[in-house]
Amino acid sequence: MSRPALASERTPAGLKLGLALVLAVGTALAPTAWWWWHSAVAALLLASVFIYRIRIRPLLAKLLWFSPFVAGAALASALQGPASPGWRAVAQRGGLCLLIMLVLGATTSFSAQLAVLRRMRVPALLVTTLALMYRYLQVLSDEAQRMHRARACRTFVPSRGRTWMVSGEIVGRLFIRASERAERIYLAMAARGWR
Amino acid sequence: MHLPDGFLDAKTAVVTAAVAAVGLGAALRQLRRELPPRRVPLLGLGAAFVFAAQMVNFPVASGTSGHLVGGALVAALLGLPAAVVVVSTVVIAQCFLFADGGVTALGANIFNMAMVAPVTGLLVYRAVQRIIPGLRGQIAALAFAGWCSAVVAAVVCAGQLAWSGTVAWSVAFPAMAAIHMLIGLGEGAISALVFYAVARTRPDIVGSTPAGGLRGIVGYGLLAALGVALFVAPFACAWPDGLEAVAAKLGFARQGASSTAAWLADYKLPGIASGGLATAVAGAAGALIAFVLALLLSRLLVRAPVEVGAKTEADS
Repeated sequence: MSRPALASERTPAGLKLGLALVLAVGTALAPTAWWWWHSAVAALLLASVFIYRIRIRPLLAKLLWFSPFVAGAALASALQGPASPGWRAVAQRGGLCLLIMLVLGATTSFSAQLAVLRRMRVPALLVTTLALMYRYLQVLSDEAQRMHRARACRTFVPSRGRTWMVSGEIVGRLFIRASERAERIYLAMAARGWR
Repeated sequence: MHLPDGFLDAKTAVVTAAVAAVGLGAALRQLRRELPPRRVPLLGLGAAFVFAAQMVNFPVASGTSGHLVGGALVAALLGLPAAVVVVSTVVIAQCFLFADGGVTALGANIFNMAMVAPVTGLLVYRAVQRIIPGLRGQIAALAFAGWCSAVVAAVVCAGQLAWSGTVAWSVAFPAMAAIHMLIGLGEGAISALVFYAVARTRPDIVGSTPAGGLRGIVGYGLLAALGVALFVAPFACAWPDGLEAVAAKLGFARQGASSTAAWLADYKLPGIASGGLATAVAGAAGALIAFVLALLLSRLLVRAPVEVGAKTEADS
């Protein structure tokens, strides 16, 4: 409570989400000739990185992580010949859109985005599902990693067929645990007056 | 199969978004009416499960590894409307949380991965399960359904790429179909292995799959068929144009054109039939191989526990 709000938290989440969507859609669909649109978007992104004090290094790391997708897209369109919009345009669009979503993710928490969706009358079932997924994403992926590590400690002869069997077993067990956890979550939610 | 931004043009983006919204809305409506409240958290947990399951690697060859996509598996475990909502949630989160897949392509990605894949998967699963009874039948059916779902979703994806003029159909279709005929083998095998593990530990979960009613499946089937008709059908007819484009690029356009004309004059069999026939034969052969592999896998798996039991008996 006493922590002063970050600059990124003072801007309403709805504005950030809406602006990001408009910019991303506009950038993806704008003709290549609209160089001013692309430069304006780039300038806006750069400004928001400075205003909101987004840490540059993780942003660049994520950009690098996803750049193979953009590069693949550019390569595919370079092989197209004259019919395609050109690899440079595809790379520019893909890169800018990626950066828009990364800046949105760095400035707006997922729960704030969900609150916007709820206010915009997105069906409650979908918002609940998104919220529960976000809450248990880390829990279940930690569980998967734990089971994987336990498997690695106990399997002494790593053959490929065996690994597939065991990995299938792990994922199956993960599903069973997820559905059992869902039962418990339902009981907890019901006990706290959900519905 | 996640399409990034800038791959689809405005018309494709709008149409796919509209179809995806209709499908997702229908699934949500059906769930709100039919899903008991105690199963609501399972949707969110199911989505988290798909994410976590994608982190478990299945080694293929030196260095490379595959992972689950999950449309067919989730449809078989949770029923069709739940699968549509669960996989849509995963695709939405991948877009907004991890910047994986573009915003303008969100509709297309939802349609391909959360609608076409589970619908195809469940239809094939039900059909094969009817032919082969028992757990062995379920395993074989799911393995084949996983393969079919990957291939059909990839073909629809290729259709969307061609529709927006990013990649020519003659390039996109063979590339996407061929790659996903291989990827689909992994998807089918993983789905079957996971299903087998669940069926062995908790047969009640596998048995209690909410059917969702045949009417619901027919509705989604129609939606998926509409998408296939919309995105793929125009190109199935435009096949020779694609071939000509390739020919033009390779520099024997005139020669090719004249020989095609001669062909058309000499025979009643046009280029469409021969190109289409070759594609159909290749597709059928691939499907047959995948089906035989699915049968083999089911035999291998379902016999296994008996062997283990016999061994332990002999030991003790």
